[in-house]
Amino acid sequence: MSEIHLQIDGKEVNATEGMTVLEAAQGAGISIPTLCHHEKLEPLGGCRLCMVEVEVRGWKKLVVSCVYTVEEDLIVTTRSEKLDRIRKNLLELLLAHAPESPQLQEMAREYGADKNRFEKEASFCIHCGLCVRYCAEVAGKHAVGFIDRGIRKEISFIPEIATKECNDCKECFPLCPTSYLQAAFVLIESLVSSRSDSESASKK
Amino acid sequence: MPQLNSAEELEQFRQELLSKRDPNRPCISICAGTGCLAYGAAEVIDAFKAEIKEQGLTAVVDTKGTGCPGFCERGPVVVIYPEEICYLGVKPEDVPEIVAQTIGEKKVLDRLVYEDPNTGDHAVHESDIPFYKHQERNILSHNIKIDSKSIDDYLSIGGYSALTKALFRMTDIEVLEEVKKSNIRGRGGGGFPAGRKWEGSRNAPEKVKYVIVNADEGDPGAFMDRALLEGNPHSILEGLIIGGYAIGAHEGFIYVRQEYPLAVENITLAIAQAEKCGFLGRNILGSGFDFTVKVHQGAGAFVCGESTALMTSLEGRVGEPRPKYVRSNVKGLWNRPSVLNNVETWANVPLIINNGADWFTRYGTEGSKGTKIFSLVGKITNTGLVEIPMGMTLRDIIYKIGGGIPGGKKFKAVQTGGPSGGCIPESLLDLEVDFDELTKAGSMMGSGGMIVMDEDTCMVDVARYFIHFLTDESCGKCVPCREGLRQMDKILTRITEGKGKEGDVETLEEFSELAIEASLCALGKSAPNPFLSTLRYFRDEYEAHIKDKRCPALSCKELISYYIDPAKCRACLICLKKCPVDAIDGGKRKIHIIDQDRCTNCGTCLEVCPAKFDAVIKVSGEPVPPSIPEEQRMISRKSKEK
Repeated sequence: MSEIHLQIDGKEVNATEGMTVLEAAQGAGISIPTLCHHEKLEPLGGCRLCMVEVEVRGWKKLVVSCVYTVEEDLIVTTRSEKLDRIRKNLLELLLAHAPESPQLQEMAREYGADKNRFEKEASFCIHCGLCVRYCAEVAGKHAVGFIDRGIRKEISFIPEIATKECNDCKECFPLCPTSYLQAAFVLIESLVSSRSDSESASKK
Repeated sequence: MPQLNSAEELEQFRQELLSKRDPNRPCISICAGTGCLAYGAAEVIDAFKAEIKEQGLTAVVDTKGTGCPGFCERGPVVVIYPEEICYLGVKPEDVPEIVAQTIGEKKVLDRLVYEDPNTGDHAVHESDIPFYKHQERNILSHNIKIDSKSIDDYLSIGGYSALTKALFRMTDIEVLEEVKKSNIRGRGGGGFPAGRKWEGSRNAPEKVKYVIVNADEGDPGAFMDRALLEGNPHSILEGLIIGGYAIGAHEGFIYVRQEYPLAVENITLAIAQAEKCGFLGRNILGSGFDFTVKVHQGAGAFVCGESTALMTSLEGRVGEPRPKYVRSNVKGLWNRPSVLNNVETWANVPLIINNGADWFTRYGTEGSKGTKIFSLVGKITNTGLVEIPMGMTLRDIIYKIGGGIPGGKKFKAVQTGGPSGGCIPESLLDLEVDFDELTKAGSMMGSGGMIVMDEDTCMVDVARYFIHFLTDESCGKCVPCREGLRQMDKILTRITEGKGKEGDVETLEEFSELAIEASLCALGKSAPNPFLSTLRYFRDEYEAHIKDKRCPALSCKELISYYIDPAKCRACLICLKKCPVDAIDGGKRKIHIIDQDRCTNCGTCLEVCPAKFDAVIKVSGEPVPPSIPEEQRMISRKSKEK
């Protein structure tokens, strides 16, 4: 693995080949906001909060730092008027769904996002996919997944797997940036138990 | 169908086929594409077959269902060879007369040939019809000549000769160089030079490579790829095999949407035929080149037309785009070099190989070579598929080929490039259509959809419609597309409902910029185009909706009102009886009045009011005049006699 030299916010940073810009920044103590990123998971590139500006041989472009890998002599800017505006807009869109999320609120303060900009549609889930990906990639259980597509997409526990696996695991709970995940689990648990109650009642 | 083991055997077989075919033998070709089938072409084909049999002509007349020739407006289309007499709008009951007169007596049935709606002139042959006369149909012209289910038909028009030329008279590098020299740009939307894409894959170190056909045509109103896949499936297959040879791929995939059942059927059959003949499989025609093709049916997500989403879906996973900074021609399907081209691009490949890049570049403009197929739909006299050399003006396409706007209405805009394309106004009708000019005008080529709009179309509502479509089709993976479009859809809907407010346009602009800058894939990045292009050319309509609560096109239901002009109403009772919500008061000889509180603005009264009275009036942005006093509502006999 060869060493790569790059510049992040004016600071000379050393990284190893194959590392992402986000990892290189974190290693150098430079903070880039993220929502859907987790070090144990394959990058999703969905929340777009970690976008940074990179300059390669005089060409500037916006990239997501959780996917973009380091290159020799890369010049990275993690904060600018444009980047801050992008993050502010992204947060405003997400706050319409989870206005009480502490994580979102903290970032909203940093980037001046107005949590009341859009009409509230409290779906709570902000589609970061951390629970779904953690359960599949780390826990290997596939007990929670996404159903439907786009604006109708939501997380759902698979009852047959969740009732067997989740009680002893629950490792995904602290990953959720909103309170939705636990609520969804409690819901599926109660639905399953009420069904099994009525089944056992009817057997008697 | 014999197994062919060499180029010589193929040529021998082709000569045998041709020797059995008499070019002067009458042949009745009936379009069996989806459009004509919907018009009843299957019954027409059956009627011809039955009639030919009944008249004892089976041995001397051929009858075949063919691919789509493009003139969908006037289907079912029937062409009779060798004279090439073109009959339009043919019904089963016309069949006995056609067989008796045209086949038997060689007489043309005047009532079935094309009649120009403006001049009344008749055109007997396909090539004389204005719709066809101004086209350059290098690809589409084959459709009506062949039975799409017959490989013999494809071979008899020279099919697979480009493949033998590539395999036996050219090296793989020569094939690649020829495609590069042709400068053909991808017909699916992006317009990336196909040759360069191929070269990138060829040069990628990974040994296993793939070639893929993108047949996930999902733009509303677009059906170019369907017509090619249904009508001439072997031409796409031939292009794909040549592409595989050029880049060193031995496996190909055809990603076709499930909603195209006939296309799936025809391409699947074509693959089976090609395997049997030896155009697919091991050691193709004895050349030593191996190549196989599989058909994959997509489940209908619009986003799967996007290259990385298509490949993810092909891998068997949820069709969502991947965030990647390495091109898919280097790291694509299963992380291997993959050349993905659109149906029409692949269909051009055999033509380029057979006729040479110099022939191909004779057509088109400096930056966009060749011909392009467009599906011309909307408020246009001749709906259908048109193939033109790049560089033809929008005006020529819409007026010379399309026959202009029906019903004496005025042209307003044409939307090109599918949902994420843009609307081009009348002032730009002389724009020469190619990849770069369309982009400069704030639209794009896309895959070739062209939706014509007349003066009755509200441009704000058009933007709302397409943004709504794209919101619905967003895969939801990234925030700027999923959430940004959702908010844009809500704001646009509000504006068309008369609830727009100051600052709405600025918010829409702000989130358009966010989608362009921050979205993960090309779908999100281009999604704001319908809004941005309508704002660019029709800003006054946005302002009228927001500030004056007025829809200038009199189209947005929440912003219009209907009233009956008392001076014109003859109290005929027609509108009163037809009103679905009983909102019209009146009676015999009593002037009708619309109760504005009850009226739902459905427009039925306007539609049914006899043209000679023309008493129903539609307004927007202004109050309806007060109703006339009750005592003046009776129409006296005298005034009626007047």
